[in-house]
Amino acid sequence: MDQTGELEKFYRSMLLIRRFEEEAARAYARGKIGGFLHLYIGQEAIAVGAAAAIRIGYDYVFQTYRDHGTALALGMDPKAGMAELYGKDTGCARGLGGSMHFFDVEHGFLGGWAVVGGHIPVAVGAAFKARYAEEDRVTLCFFGEGATNIGGFHEGLSLAGLWKLPVVFICENNEYAMGTPLKRTSPVTDIAVKADGYGMPGEVLHGHDVQEVRSRVAAAVERARSGGGPSLLEIKTYRFRGHSMSDPGKYRTPEELEERKKRDPLLVTRQTLLSGGVDEARLERIAEEVEAVIAEAITFAEESEPAKEESMHRFVYAAGEGG
Amino acid sequence: MPQMNMVQAINDALRVAMRRDKRVVLLGEDVGKVGGVFRVTAGLFDEFGDARVIDTPLSEGGIIGAAVGMAMYGLVPIPEIQFADFIWPAYDQIVNELAKYRYRSGGEYPVSMVIRTPVGGGIRGGHYHSQHPEAHFVCVPGLKVVIPSNAYDAKGLLLSAIADPDPVLFFEPKRVYRAAKGEVPEGEYTVPLSSAAVVRAGDDVTVLAYGAMLYEALDASAKAQQQGVHCEVIDLRTLWPVDIDTILRSVEKTGRLVIVHEAPRTGGYGAELVSLVCEKAFYHLQAPPVRVTGFDTPFPYTLETEYMPLSHRILPAVLQVARA
Repeated sequence: MDQTGELEKFYRSMLLIRRFEEEAARAYARGKIGGFLHLYIGQEAIAVGAAAAIRIGYDYVFQTYRDHGTALALGMDPKAGMAELYGKDTGCARGLGGSMHFFDVEHGFLGGWAVVGGHIPVAVGAAFKARYAEEDRVTLCFFGEGATNIGGFHEGLSLAGLWKLPVVFICENNEYAMGTPLKRTSPVTDIAVKADGYGMPGEVLHGHDVQEVRSRVAAAVERARSGGGPSLLEIKTYRFRGHSMSDPGKYRTPEELEERKKRDPLLVTRQTLLSGGVDEARLERIAEEVEAVIAEAITFAEESEPAKEESMHRFVYAAGEGG
Repeated sequence: MPQMNMVQAINDALRVAMRRDKRVVLLGEDVGKVGGVFRVTAGLFDEFGDARVIDTPLSEGGIIGAAVGMAMYGLVPIPEIQFADFIWPAYDQIVNELAKYRYRSGGEYPVSMVIRTPVGGGIRGGHYHSQHPEAHFVCVPGLKVVIPSNAYDAKGLLLSAIADPDPVLFFEPKRVYRAAKGEVPEGEYTVPLSSAAVVRAGDDVTVLAYGAMLYEALDASAKAQQQGVHCEVIDLRTLWPVDIDTILRSVEKTGRLVIVHEAPRTGGYGAELVSLVCEKAFYHLQAPPVRVTGFDTPFPYTLETEYMPLSHRILPAVLQVARA
């Protein structure tokens, strides 16, 4: 695929995530979705760029509770995602997980994880298994900058560095751990410097350029796949919404938000496409296709059966699965 | 007397304690400028400054461990764990350091601190924002475990906990954070620890509940009364050391016991309560005690009303015990 064709594909994928989440937010406001909903809006280029850098369905991917974007970028059916948000039996976790706990085995998506940092040692274990089984699978492990203060980060990266495992740690640094800015919670501003302590390379890149993300993640993935060990990539980004739906984000100034929206990955990609010769009509067609997919996902979620009470009991032990 | 919800009452207790005693400091994730994820510490950063209202990194083990060190030499830290579900990285510090410190120093180093943490289901938080892990803490010698059900008790119990010479784990039932409103006195007052409250008198069945489920127990009891069954509902308020005398007085009168809790049934706190009652009042029992609890499953995102021991599940249990 030529560069423009690839970028067009990325644009479509990012737009799908954006529109999926905008509609999820709308459904949340209407009470169709409950609990917690953490939107990825503004960070889409990271999920899409990283997904393009791996062998989807073969490599393993772990993400935090802000997980819709990564799951969709990997190819999760938006219907299964939306139905999960709606708490329906047809959802990707049978409606028992909700927004924070997506799963998609087919695409190697080993879960959205809602306890900060809890998944980092687990991702290390998955990477260990790949090497043990002499498979050249790579594990991608995403987390936020806030997670780098928690014990799981330290213990996970220590093990990965010690054992030189095929894992790429991707820190999506969106500057705010819920409502508290990095400078109030971290002694260093570049998370990547922490890599030194674990004997792995640490790199900083910016998350609004999807092709840059793709190529830098691909280099780290290649290093891991060829036996070169783990890496820590810090991707500077920004979420345009609050931490979750209940967070109006008042700890940030409107000026700061406006400034950061100038680097909206969708906006940046759109401009690159237009200046590369793709015409408006083509982008309009992509938008229409995406709208159709999203509308189908919503209809599917609305019309699906609610989560079943027997599901609640069924998956606790292996013996329950027959029921 | 001002009307407050539980969030405001806890906030008020923290303010009262901090104004009277400079040794009291707060620490936790987002507790400072943001005022906490549920806004329980709102305004305290502005009044007391960043030396006393401390935003921490996401580091539960570090938060509790550091608080233990602060308390060893006389500070009174009040760490917040953002959700009880997030407490596990700190479990080592709580079990192995905090709760044992007085004992292993031969009484030289009491550790007076209060860990505040929102608990329980009812906000569709799913697996990791809904759990009710009291059973993992009542079994830890050296630790006290408290859970208010209403605004008045929340303030009074918290002020008692802050003044208490032992470490206290203070659970805040988030389902009723804003719903549990009532009159709350200004300034200082306390509700004693290890003192249960009989919130509804009755002769037929003793119902033990706490936190958000108290309201469900009361609702079921009102419905039972329409069917001629009079429940005595006891709000335990402190789970450990529990006010066993109040429980026994009631059970010796009714001979029948129903225990309600959100946590899974097996190994739950209800099992300890049943044991205590059987040990101390076995011959007064006229029917087997019944537990109405969460299921032995993870907490589901959907199906909360099926999972939680709400009124519609308590009522049949009450009638069954009454008629057994």
